[in-house]
Amino acid sequence: MARIIPFWKAVNEALSIAMELDKNVVTFGLGTDDPKRVFGTTAGLTEKFGSRRAFDMPTSENAMTGVAIGASLNGIRPVMSHQRLDFFLLAMDQLVNNAAKWSYMFGGKMSVPITIRLIVGRGWGQGPQHSQNLQSWFAHVPGLKAVMPTTAYDAKGLLLSAIFDDNPVVFLEHRWLHNMEGDVPAGDYRVPLDKANVLAAGADLTIVSLSYMTVEALHALEALQQQGIHCDLIDLRSINPIDWETIFRSVKKTGRILVLDTANETLSVASEIIAKVSMELFGDLKCSPGRIALPDYPTPTSPALSGRYYKWAEDIVLETGKMFGRALETGFIKKQHKGPHDVPGDWFKGPF
Amino acid sequence: MTNTVDAETAKSLLFCMKRVRAVEETIAARYPEGKMRCPTHLCTGQEAVSAGVGALLRKDDFVVSTHRAHGHYLAKGGDLRRMMAEIYGKATGCSSGKGGSMHLVDKSVGFMGSTSIVGGTIPVGTGIGFSISLHGTDQISCVFLGDGAVEEGVFYESVNFAALKNLPVLYLCENNFYSVYSPLSVRQPAGRNIFEMVRSIGVRSDSGDGNDVMDVYARTDRAIRSIRGGAGPYFLEFATYRWREHCGPHFDNDIGYRTEEEYLRWKDRDPIVLFEAAIKKESTIPADEIAQMDSAIAREVADAFHFAETSPFPSPAEISTNLYGK
Repeated sequence: MARIIPFWKAVNEALSIAMELDKNVVTFGLGTDDPKRVFGTTAGLTEKFGSRRAFDMPTSENAMTGVAIGASLNGIRPVMSHQRLDFFLLAMDQLVNNAAKWSYMFGGKMSVPITIRLIVGRGWGQGPQHSQNLQSWFAHVPGLKAVMPTTAYDAKGLLLSAIFDDNPVVFLEHRWLHNMEGDVPAGDYRVPLDKANVLAAGADLTIVSLSYMTVEALHALEALQQQGIHCDLIDLRSINPIDWETIFRSVKKTGRILVLDTANETLSVASEIIAKVSMELFGDLKCSPGRIALPDYPTPTSPALSGRYYKWAEDIVLETGKMFGRALETGFIKKQHKGPHDVPGDWFKGPF
Repeated sequence: MTNTVDAETAKSLLFCMKRVRAVEETIAARYPEGKMRCPTHLCTGQEAVSAGVGALLRKDDFVVSTHRAHGHYLAKGGDLRRMMAEIYGKATGCSSGKGGSMHLVDKSVGFMGSTSIVGGTIPVGTGIGFSISLHGTDQISCVFLGDGAVEEGVFYESVNFAALKNLPVLYLCENNFYSVYSPLSVRQPAGRNIFEMVRSIGVRSDSGDGNDVMDVYARTDRAIRSIRGGAGPYFLEFATYRWREHCGPHFDNDIGYRTEEEYLRWKDRDPIVLFEAAIKKESTIPADEIAQMDSAIAREVADAFHFAETSPFPSPAEISTNLYGK
């Protein structure tokens, strides 16, 4: 029987299970034990495991990342949570110069088993400093691992894998996925950190997607199917490393690739996938690769502007039409919800 | 401070300072051969701090350090042969040739790593202190830093957390008055004492003469006792001076950022000469033992350089190993 819970609850279960399994797992971050509990994801942890292992922290993103690194060198497995990726940018020094390098620059004498949860988002006027999807930064740095779960199942399984991996893992959660529900087994299970997930199979087009854009892709897929275009839908799950084998296998079959990203388009994860596919499988391609990502300017705040900024299932259908030289209908698309464009669903009333 | 130590301690302090000096000066002499192909920051003139602190830390205590780490590494018990091999970029180096002079490690003696970004290991050492607190042992974590690192935001963040959680961390600041070529006067306000400022954050602190190994030893001893007694973090500031250029084997008193006179004033207070004079005055160590010490060090240093020079380079395949742990 299915066990349906939301994504945020799956994250919470993973944290709780990890802390039960290993007393050396600790978790901290701004809001860990405040009334909101990082969108519910850290609920109950302080009560269950005590304030030594689950605690709020000083507003010191950089030092606290270094603290996590240092603790991890002596047997601790820290999990840090940040309600906004944007605030974590203060800690790029510790992440890039230390966490990502410690194993390599000391010749493998030590490694840094830390997990850093970063929440990204869109909508509700989050604006220039509250919704950046900078995942390509983490994909660019050797020595890091970076995952972007889409489903509740993957959120739990990937987080447990991240916590018990012996390396720094950046775990990117999309705020618009937090209330999406899925079938999540009770107890401990692991999803590998380096394997993409093929969510749909079709012979005509490979769609490679990540995080929230996979939800839009699923809606587009139905509309495309009704117009005779059948797609492989590959949900990346991991962006560092990227599962090239799964992507190449699909593109060899379909000869067409459209890549979706939640980030600004230039030098995005989507860019790298298109570059590598073009280099490796040039002869297999029947048309130019396509890319759907955000335009290269900061996120505008006003709802009058953000509606044009973000990308939707309609954009996927229209871009697919261009790749096939056909005018495709977008009328078939069943909307994720009927509300305004700047919220993920009726459950979301702001402010963040 | 007036201090006395027993003969054994005096010997180990003198030996450590002389050994670090011999290593650094041999590097300086041979660096122009072009075989040590990495940025190298020598600590000649600053040996008393390494020796005094190193003598008091237990083997199971932890140390993290900076770009100028040779003395800290050796004083903590780090393997000399493997350090020299690392500087020569050899497979037998402590970091398998992937780190160089600025990235030393010897986990077997608790030397958990030195890095090159100013202030970069301050939170790491603080985090090691946090892990000690979680594990409930009586170890301490010692963070070596310089006066420049005190200007980094991460310093304040780290010290704040250590004070908040009462962590067993010794912050050991070597104030050598220069950040590369920038004097303290253009970096921090006149009249500030770093150790007093840190005290106002809620961390006990003290300052002393970094060229007087007995003073370093006595103040560090007090700090370590306090930390092991459960009283939380401690910040020590020792004034000292690097004789040679910021990075490299040469003297650079002629390029205009500091004066020859200033250098000579500090050189007159050579920590090794000062301590040997005190030892002679009090006859703590017989003169022939000191001579034996010198020759033993010369042999060991020659052996370490020979080991480094004759060790193999990493194989080309090593470029892709160790990216991830396990």
